[in-house]
Amino acid sequence: MPITYGNLTPEDVQRLGEELDAIRHRVVSELGQEDVDYIRNIIRTQRGLEVAGRAMLEFGWLPPLWLGGTAALSVAKILDNMEIGHNVMHGQYDWTRDPALDSKAFEWDTACPADQWRHSHNFMHHTYTNILDMDRDIGYGILRMSEEQRWTPYFLGNILWATLLMLLFEYGVALHDLESDQVLTGKKRLDLTMLRQIGAKVGRQALKDYVIFPVLAGPGAPFTLAGNATANIVRNIWTFSIIFCGHFPDGVQEFTPEEAANETRGEWYLRQMLGSANITGNRLFHIMSGNLSFQIEHHLFPDIPARRYASISAEVREICERYGLPYNTGPLHRQLGSVFKKIARLSLPWVGNAPLNRRWSAQTPAAPTQPSAGTVEVEAEPELIAA
Amino acid sequence: MRTLSPSSNRLLRNPLVDLMVGPHGIDRYLELIRPTLTVHDARARVVDVSRQTPRSVTLTIDPNRAFTGFRAGQFVKVGVEIDGRRYTRTYSPTISEHNTELLELTITVREGGIVGSWLREHARPGLLLHLSEAAGDFLMPERRPGHVALISGGSGVTPTIAMLRTLMSEGHRGRIDFVHYGRTPEDFLYRDQVEAIAGRHPNVVPQFIATRTEGRRFDVDTVPASAHALVCGPPALIDAVRGVFPDATAETFTPPTLDVSGAAAAGTLRFLASAVSAPIAAGTLLEQAEAAGLSPEYGCRMGICHGCTCTKTAGTVKNVLTGVISDEEDEEIQICISVPVTDVALNI
Repeated sequence: MPITYGNLTPEDVQRLGEELDAIRHRVVSELGQEDVDYIRNIIRTQRGLEVAGRAMLEFGWLPPLWLGGTAALSVAKILDNMEIGHNVMHGQYDWTRDPALDSKAFEWDTACPADQWRHSHNFMHHTYTNILDMDRDIGYGILRMSEEQRWTPYFLGNILWATLLMLLFEYGVALHDLESDQVLTGKKRLDLTMLRQIGAKVGRQALKDYVIFPVLAGPGAPFTLAGNATANIVRNIWTFSIIFCGHFPDGVQEFTPEEAANETRGEWYLRQMLGSANITGNRLFHIMSGNLSFQIEHHLFPDIPARRYASISAEVREICERYGLPYNTGPLHRQLGSVFKKIARLSLPWVGNAPLNRRWSAQTPAAPTQPSAGTVEVEAEPELIAA
Repeated sequence: MRTLSPSSNRLLRNPLVDLMVGPHGIDRYLELIRPTLTVHDARARVVDVSRQTPRSVTLTIDPNRAFTGFRAGQFVKVGVEIDGRRYTRTYSPTISEHNTELLELTITVREGGIVGSWLREHARPGLLLHLSEAAGDFLMPERRPGHVALISGGSGVTPTIAMLRTLMSEGHRGRIDFVHYGRTPEDFLYRDQVEAIAGRHPNVVPQFIATRTEGRRFDVDTVPASAHALVCGPPALIDAVRGVFPDATAETFTPPTLDVSGAAAAGTLRFLASAVSAPIAAGTLLEQAEAAGLSPEYGCRMGICHGCTCTKTAGTVKNVLTGVISDEEDEEIQICISVPVTDVALNI
């Protein structure tokens, strides 16, 4: 059964796709000097903050320098991961043909090897967005984020696991493509090459943040180390918060592999719109969130420079209104509050998971185009909640 | 240019420093102080611009330490940024290979060419250029022959000028025939310079021939038979020279031809890393690579994830999503949404 919404006919969905394609073509044809200038300006700011932060933390035993250094390094790492790394690796700047902005070559200041991220995120998550059992970003394999997920006593700790994932997010992301949860349950073999790559990247990052820069500070080493660790954790909390607000607030939909099988381009667009949520905020907030606060626009046009999402969003909103589609958005505290409420609710065994409602079998289907034989018949559509 | 002392250069390439500036690398920080301060990325600043003919521009450029030099006849890939996009073209430096301080490039403006016309109009002292290492095997023998004939057509003059200037700086005593073919006398590049050299050195014998007005072609009478001939120019000139000097060292260039009329272009796909070639068929480059028995990396197969992005080293492709046609050298393309327009070489 193809993805649809409300009273939309297949022709409506096709028209929707054509309208979005038209926006895409227009924006792509407008890309030029100002987009490159923008990202280079962000990069200059990030590198400047990084150098300043590390320099201050070499004298971290002086409290103002510790605070200033930790703040500068935290912001530098957030900019590096979000507005620069995430977006460059999506190919948003490949058209510039600048090797420093090349999606295939870029490496970022976090534990996850860029190559593995490009696979788990750009391909798995962006192609199979919010398809249960295919989009591994749903719960990251360790949380219960959907009523369709079978409850086990392990999920009593849903809030605790989410909090740990938040604090250690960079390591969670690093292990993501390894599918360690599947490895632990014996469903998948451990990929040693990938594990070695992760080890090498984690090692280099740890050497830099926890050995070399602290040692250079001499007797002030513990202060430098504490500052670097704090910056990494601040970055972890921030990126976790932004990313979890992208797909898990109230009203965001999930899909079954059967629904997404053989979908058209219009249906793909529709799934991206129904499966994503935005966060409202000022310009600085959008930059610090890598413009992932425009998650809906990002999922429609993942390889268009993110600075363009703000202006595109007015058109997307207007399209949503015209087609009667929800446009899920809200301030950070509300979106994040609703995410944590969901995490808490889903730790309880009696929420969701009614056997008759379970439309999705415990086995992972091979691909969306090959639904597993004997799939339980769909009993009811999930509730559709407009924002 | 001497931007850094050798010891600081060594320090900046140290593995410990590399860890500290990881994962971006030292150049990504140095370039923020000054773009040419990089130790790995070869770059240059334009220091002088002149226009010898109505259809060319000559740049004197100051390469940074990362540029490792060249041999006369070799080419360098030169990148220039126009409206946020980097365009890369190959040019042969036109100075003596023993001159390591400044390079000279002469760029011919072709009909519809983006880079040549932009440089002719906009190149100013201070313009930043990105350089590759020098490459190419159009070279004079290490042991210089006594009698050398340097023959060129059109912009093929650039490597032969480098050879002439190299021989002069080496104090070459033997005869040097310098033969250049241009469409009209207006198009002759380096005529003044070559004649000035010939004025000082009687062993240099220049001939500048306008093909449109004189119609004189290369034959047995053009250059004495004792010469070691080197020729750079269009295929017809190479053939004419090889008719007289079968052992001539030759390099040709063919301007890219664009055929966007037919649905599937006729031609060849070359997959360089796998050493496989296949005639162009219907479908995307990804499908055609798979049909040729390769398994390139891919993800979404719909132009979203950039998982299939690879380097196209030559040829023209069309993006089926945007309709954009591009013929850049060394361009990253998404093969799941690209179809070939001409012969295409991919690094897969």
